[in-house]
Formats: sequence, C-alpha cells, structure tokens
Amino acid sequence: MSQPFRLNKEGLINRNKKISFTFNGKKLFGYEGDTIASALIANGIHLVGRSFKYHRPRGFFGAGVEEPNAKFQVEFNGHSEPNVNATEMELVEGLSATSQNCWPSVNFDVGAINNFLKMFFPAGFYYKTFMWPKSFWYKIYEPFIRKAAGLGVASIEKDKERYEHKFEYCDLLVTGSGPSGLASAYAAAKNGAKVILAEDKPRFGGTLLTDDVSIDNLSGKDWAEKIITELKSMPNVTVKNRSQVFGYYDHNMLVMFERVSDHLEKKSKFTPRQRLWYIRAKETILSTGSIERPIVFGNNDTPGIFLSAAAKEYMKVYGVLVGKKPLIFTNNDSAYETALEFKKNNVEPIILDTREEHSSELVDEAKSKGIDIRFSHGVIVANGYKKVKSAKIGKLNKDKNSFEKIETIDCDCICVSGFWTPSVHLASQSGNKLKYEEKIDAFIPDKKKQHETSVGAANGSFTLEESLKHGFENGSNLSAKITETKTEISIPNVNEKKYGAHDKFWCMPLPKNENPKRFVDFQNDVSVSDIEIALREGYRSIEHVKRYTTLGMATDQGRTSNLNGLQLVSNIENKIVPEVGHTTFRPPFTPITIGTIVGREVGMEYMPTRKTPMHEWHEKNNAVFVDAGAWKRPRYYKQGSENLFEASKREAKNVRENVGICDVTTLGKIDIKGPDAAEFLNRVYTNAWMKLPVGKARYGLMLREDGIVMDDGTTTRISENHYHMTTTTAQAANVLSHLEYYLQIVWPELNVNVVSTTEQWAGAAIAGPKSRDMLSKLYPDLDVSNDALPFMGYKEAEFFGVPSRIFRISFSGELAYEINVKSDHGMFMWEKMMEVGKEFGNQPYGTEALSTLRIEMGHVAGPELDGRTIPSDVSLNGLVSKKKDFIGKNSLGREAFNVESRQKIVGLIPIDRKSSIPEGSHIVQDQNAKLPNPKLGHVSSSCWSVENNNPFSLAIMKDGKNMIGKKFFAVSPLKNKSIEVEVISSHYVDPEGKRVRS
Amino acid sequence: MLYIKCPYCGLRAQKEFSYGGDATVKRPNINEEVSREDWDNFVYMRKSPRGKHIELWQHIAGCRQWIKVQRDTATHEIFQTAKVTEEIR
Repeated sequence: MSQPFRLNKEGLINRNKKISFTFNGKKLFGYEGDTIASALIANGIHLVGRSFKYHRPRGFFGAGVEEPNAKFQVEFNGHSEPNVNATEMELVEGLSATSQNCWPSVNFDVGAINNFLKMFFPAGFYYKTFMWPKSFWYKIYEPFIRKAAGLGVASIEKDKERYEHKFEYCDLLVTGSGPSGLASAYAAAKNGAKVILAEDKPRFGGTLLTDDVSIDNLSGKDWAEKIITELKSMPNVTVKNRSQVFGYYDHNMLVMFERVSDHLEKKSKFTPRQRLWYIRAKETILSTGSIERPIVFGNNDTPGIFLSAAAKEYMKVYGVLVGKKPLIFTNNDSAYETALEFKKNNVEPIILDTREEHSSELVDEAKSKGIDIRFSHGVIVANGYKKVKSAKIGKLNKDKNSFEKIETIDCDCICVSGFWTPSVHLASQSGNKLKYEEKIDAFIPDKKKQHETSVGAANGSFTLEESLKHGFENGSNLSAKITETKTEISIPNVNEKKYGAHDKFWCMPLPKNENPKRFVDFQNDVSVSDIEIALREGYRSIEHVKRYTTLGMATDQGRTSNLNGLQLVSNIENKIVPEVGHTTFRPPFTPITIGTIVGREVGMEYMPTRKTPMHEWHEKNNAVFVDAGAWKRPRYYKQGSENLFEASKREAKNVRENVGICDVTTLGKIDIKGPDAAEFLNRVYTNAWMKLPVGKARYGLMLREDGIVMDDGTTTRISENHYHMTTTTAQAANVLSHLEYYLQIVWPELNVNVVSTTEQWAGAAIAGPKSRDMLSKLYPDLDVSNDALPFMGYKEAEFFGVPSRIFRISFSGELAYEINVKSDHGMFMWEKMMEVGKEFGNQPYGTEALSTLRIEMGHVAGPELDGRTIPSDVSLNGLVSKKKDFIGKNSLGREAFNVESRQKIVGLIPIDRKSSIPEGSHIVQDQNAKLPNPKLGHVSSSCWSVENNNPFSLAIMKDGKNMIGKKFFAVSPLKNKSIEVEVISSHYVDPEGKRVRS
Repeated sequence: MLYIKCPYCGLRAQKEFSYGGDATVKRPNINEEVSREDWDNFVYMRKSPRGKHIELWQHIAGCRQWIKVQRDTATHEIFQTAKVTEEIR
C-alpha cells in the first residue's frame, strides 16, 4: 500500500494516523491532515471528473477554493453531499467520494462524444440549438440537458445533522490568517479590541506555510504558530479555522460559514455539523489574499495541469508530488519557488518563462541550482487525453504572436503561473467600486464604502514586508479608534526573496492550422473561441458576454477565469481592461450548504407554535388541527371513522339543535384604556361608539384609509375608560400596529393606551338553543335571563371560584355566549363546561363547523373581507355612520365605490341541491362560452348547510342583489367542475337574526 | 441586514423592525373637510426617491414604538433616527 507520489518527510500531515477512504469504489488511504485531493494525488490519481459541456477528462487544478474541476459526490457520517470541493474537504475515516457528471464511469464516459461534436456546442448553444421545434423543449431538450449538465445529486433523505446560527459582535473582524491578517489581528488584540480572526483552511498562516521566508529569524510557519498561540490565549480574541467569511452585507454585517465537525470521526451528540455566524463588526480587515491565475494554452484542461502555487502547496503542506517530470510554465518569478521546491525534493523541473532572458534573486537561485530555464518559451498545447504525457512548446518571437521554434518535450505535469489576482470579492460585496491596477493587471479595492480595509495581497501588495507593515498599521490604527488604547508594536524583521517584474502575457498564440481548445473557464467549459464568437455576434458588455458564454458563472465564480476572460475581451475589442469593467461579485464566496442557511429552523422549530391552554384536551379528544397563523386550532373532533365532512356536519348540527363549545382563545384581544378611549374607538370604527354604556358590547367595523374593510370584531366597555377589543385571529397583529400607528403618530393628543391581551385570556364560546340552560348551570348564582343578560350584554362573575368575563355575543348566529378566564384557568373552564354540558347534549366543535354556522347565517369573515371589499359590498353599510368622521371615510365617496352594479355579497345554492360548489369558482353566464368567459363574480365561502341539508355558498358578485333569483354557472377549471347555481340572499338561515336575541 | 438605532432601545437588528412607509405624509385632520384631490393624494400618491428619505419603522419585536429613520434608499446608509414626535432635518 505505498503511495507513489508521497514524499518521505515534507508536509504538515500526521503520518502516524492512516485514514482509509474510497474513490469511485476503489479503496485507498491517506493521512490525517490530507484533503481528498492531496490523498488522491499521493496515490497517483489525477482523472477525477468530466467537464460540464464536453465531458472532457479533468483533473485537479488548484489546492483550495480556486479549484474548478474536482467536485465530488461525497458520502460520510451517514449522509451524501453533492458538489463537494475535493481540495477543501478533509479526509475522514470511511469517507466515500465519487466523480460527478460522468456515465457510466469517469474512465469511460458516453457524454465525451460531445467533445467530438463541439461545433454544436458553441457559446450560447442553449439559446441556439434547442429553440426548434418549440414542443421539443419540455419533453426532450430540457430533460436531456438537465441530465447531461447534472452536477451532483442532492439527497432526498431528511438531513439528520444539526446546524446552528450564531450572532456575534466585535470591534474588528479579520478575514484570513495570512501574514497581513495575523499582523492586523495581533495589533488590534494588543490594543484591547474584541477581535475575531477567521481562517477558511484548517491551518492558520496562509502563504506563510508555503513561502520560503523568515520573520524575526523564525520560519514563516513557526512565526504564524507563535502569533496564533498568543492570540488564542487572549480573552478578547476569537480565533476560528475552517471558517469562511462568505458575504459582506449592509451596515458591516458579515456572514461566516464554519465547518465545525465535518473533519471529525466522532462528535458529541449536540455538536453541530456546521454553523452560520452573523457578525456585526465595527471594522473589518479584508486579508483574503490572492489567487494565482493561469496562462491560457491549448488543451490546458488536461489532467496533470496545475496552478504552480497549488503544486507547491501539495509539496509543502501535504508532502505530495503532483508529478515527477514537471514542466513549469510562467510569466513571473513566483513559479520559480515551485521549481526550487521540486528541486529540493530531487525532482528535475524545466522552466518555460515567457519573459526574455533576465535576472532576479529567484531566477538567479534557480540558475545556480542548475535548473533548466528556457526564456521566451511557453506551452502551446498539452498532449495526452486522460493525463499529460508531453507538451508541444514553442520559442516566442519578439512580439510574442508567433513561434521561432517548436518542439515536443515529455512531462507528466505542467505547473502554470500567470501572476496573481487579489481576492476582492468581499470588498466588492461591501459596495466598494474596484479600480484596475495596471502594475499587477488586476482589480484592487478603491474608496471604502463601509468600514472595510483591505490589506496584503487582497490589496495588491505581494511582498511580505509590505503585507506585514500594512497589517500591523491598519490593525493598530483601526482598533485604537475604538478602544482608545494604542500599544506600540515593533514591526518584525523580514527575510524574503525579491521578485522581478512579471510579463504581461496571459494567452499563448496558436501555430497556423492548429486549433486545440484553449479553456478560459474550466468549470463551465468556456474557451477562447466561445468568447470570440460572443463578441463576433455583437455582445459588448462584459455582463452580456458573461451570460451568453457562462464565463465565470460556475460555483467557483470565475476565480481563475475572470481576469483572463476580461483580457481576452479587451484585446479583441482593442480596449483596456478597466474600460471593459468587471462583472459583479455576489455572496456566497464559496458554496455553502442549505442546512447551514436553514439552521435550527426546521420541523417544529420552523416557526413558533401557539397553543391554547386547552390544547392538550383537544389532543386527547381526537382533534384534527388546522394552522391559523402560528396557532393550532381544532378543525374537528373525530369520532370513530368520521371524515372532515361528517364530523363537521355533526358538530354544526349539534350547535343548531342543542349546544356546543368552541375554543376561541385565538381571537385577537386588545385592552384599551384611557380617558379618550371612546373618542379613539369612534375614529377607528365606522359606527358610533360615544354612547356605548358600560357593560355592553358592540360589533364594529374597521377600514383602511382607502375604504377597504380591514377587520371586524366586538368591543366591550368594561368600565368608564376601559374597553376590551376583539379582532379576527388572522388580523390581530396588524390591528394592534394599526392602533399604535394612529395613537403614536396621527393623534398623539389622545390619551389612550393599547396592549395585546390575546395570550392573557382563554376563551370559549357556548352556542346553541340550550346554551342559556347550560350557562345557568355554570353560574348558578347569576341571573342569566334575557332581561338580565341581553344580546350584546356583558357581566363579570366567578366561574366555580375563578374570575371570569361573560359576553353575550355570537359568531354562529345562535343564542351564544363567550366566556373568558385567565389563561391559567382555561383548561379548568373547558373541562367544567364539558362536565356540566353533558345533560344538554353539549359537544365541542371545531373551525370547520364554526365556518358552516357562520356561512349559512351569511356572516362575513376572511374570505369575504379579502382586501378588496368595502362595507356595502358585504352588506355592512348599516354600520357606516354618516354623522361622524372615521378612518377611511373619505375614500367611501370615490366614484368606483358607488357604481350601482358594483360587486355585492349573495348566496348561492346548486340547482340539484347536491353538488358542493368549490371555493374560488368563477360565476359565469354561459359555461360553454368562448374564453375569456366574462366573470361575474367568485365563490368566497362554501359549506353544507346543516339547517337545510344542502350545499350553500357565499359569493361576491357583480350587481349581486339584482341577480337574486337568477341562474348561473359556478365553474372551477381547477377542480374540473361546473355547477348550475341559483342566486339567493346571503342570509340563508334566520335572516331576521331572531335566534341571537332569543 | 440593516442596523437601526431605535431612539428608545439603541442599535438593533433590522429583523426586530417592520417598515411603515413615508414619514413625511401627513393625514388630513379628522372631522375637517378635505378635497377629493387632497385625500387621494394622501391615500395613494407617494414619492419614491433615490437617496435620502425619511421613513417610518415600528420596533415591533422591541418597544413597539413607531420611529423615524432617515435612510439612503440606494445605499441603505442611515443618517439619523428619531422619535416620531421629533423632527429630522
């Protein structure tokens, strides 16, 4: 079980702990501290996936977030996750990874035929190829594209893992623990600031782990370790690894994704898998570093081609060689470090440098070590299908547009470096308009928009000395402003190699008659020719070129492709890059799991559940619940094998014949107090309130300023300056805000206070012809006669020893009462009612029966008060005072509200007296008329009338009252029903309202 | 997510507040005659400025007070917050 590409000593992995895993079914092993990528490369595996469009073989390209190719379906800890970046995912025991986007296997992929049909897949091929015939799209093209383009497969199993959200506040958030980040965090911490230092990778230090530098005579790695150890010991500092700050939002709110336990074999029960941090930072240091960009050449996507810094990282961090016959292709000095690292490990590299013969500290060191350096050279095309075997290289002429000499040399990997691109994503997200820095051919942050400061490579400074200096200075200055403490820190001595200037060269020309694919964006398979086509077809804006070619639109957000794409566009268009501009950077910087976004808000925790004090009783008595906002309300109480229809019919019938009780705790209740309370109600409601006596309730109607009905309910005068308002369950919160708005803003001179008491009172309605008999048993000492407690009367009395309020109000249209007791006594009240009510045939009834009762009485509710109706539409104009002003009154005079034929509420019964009319049905004259069939109205509420034993509906209908007696059709294309109906009065039962007064 | 300074409670996250529209609109006085045009302007007509705007927010998950917030509608920058009884200039 030897690993052919593992070095003997190098690296920061734990060689004492082997970890076994499988890749595409093959059993392999790596070490603790490996990523999936480093373990596979150690095992000599490079072919790991197929490309998005052409299904070309692809291998690893990077060593971190920049990786465009190696996205795996990974199974570990009992779940399956798609699109996992193999260069970031740490190896855990028993992990199983499989390649995506290939069938039947990564070695033999049927889709690879696309590579030979590439003339059919140019830029914009979705828009061109699949346009015709139109009918093919849904059935043939779309499913085919989905399958072919498929990345990973999301699991359909319930995610058993725990995810958490955390809210945090700090003085300084530092994003990235490279040299500038460490320096900033350290300086701020010394000033006493509350600091959070976030590092995306498992190891702190960034480039200090891989660069050959020393700080205060310590190696970069040792210095980083020293600083981190000290930071960890400080109580004002939080240090987090495996934590990616991925989004910069308004008012310095940053969001961080922490991989808490994905790398652990075992974890304790409540350890979350991942955690989302919402961090409100006073200042932010963006020390996100930079990402190497490639040089574009022929077949530059062949497995075995790496970014040169990635090759170095594999050697120095993981002790892994990406190849044993490396070709280094560069336009700058940094790749020389990679070459020297190969050399140190006894591997002979060949360097192809696009620059003309020159000299710098690094170049001279490579020369002195005897490394084969070929100036003015570059790779034209890589040979090999599933792995690089050789490269056709060329000596460039002076203008670098043709070749003086072409030859082929053997190699097993190509390490490419086209200079560095600062990671400006977070700065851009913060609102910072970027500026183009000619010196480094890349964008860097411009003027601050929020409290963000970019330092180090993220700001375009590529030397250690400068990065440290900026880090210390900014960390110190920014924190000193907050803590008003300044601790002097001496900037350490640095020893680093000086770089020479880079070559502004980024794309190899092609010899005549050769046309290999030259990829700009690997993940989305966008090549040089695609961008050329887009420009030829007239796309000019970079945002359009991006969308047409999909350049930079993959999950890697074009980290390695954006600038090369821009260079290409600017070259062809003869513009300079800043004129072309850049596309928008959007969060998240790297893909994050849906689980983390959702956090704990799943299942029961999705939203709060409101239960009435009698909830347990309902549960025990087979209540079937329905959601009313956050409330759970009994819809019906199931007896035996009853269904909804049977149960609700039984319950409603029992109310009409005997007596029933209903839990009405959920109704909104608002306590209103103050000397101006009557005046306030008079302005809020459409009807008169100044003369309501103490001990009486009144039904009230509330409008919005535009005249539309907002809510209805009863309000009772408890004492001189004290009222108890009820609202519908749905509108409770809105009505409270509405009242507060008028009291605080419009009429602050009114001395009135309002407060919600919904949760303070438990309520039960007792309804039915026998309700008075039952009430007299509940209150044996109280006179409950019609004279003593008339309709709309109110009394306070003890209910078996507990204080209670009795309201004689009715929603069901029957003789009815509503009893309120303090919430704590709700269950006591309910059980007592069930006990006492037995002899009267009392049964509990749910919302379905409640609806039936109110519908057949013609009482309006939510479906009629739907935000489109004014009082006269729903026959409530009797409640609209002509004498006084109130909220919304002026709007009622609007022309459209007073048209004779305006919609009005009516009742509907089916001609056959059998067919239930679906709610939402449209009322039409002729069911067979040509579409669009003129709509005369709609069915708002439907029930089975228990009084008349046939279906009955309420409808809002044009010129409704004049339609009574006429016949129409209620059609519901959704339910595929058309029912002939007759229009009748909306008051189907007891139209005179005798029962409630009896 | 915005960070809004409630004049009663201090800096709080946006999710504690609900938006309440333009704070500069004045309702015609109750019990006073108002022309149809003035009324319709009050009910329906709103400016939608780009830039500085004074708006109402209610601290619904806090003190339940309605407050004034002067905010840049394009950048979300908040310049000033005040009690509804106070003026923002």
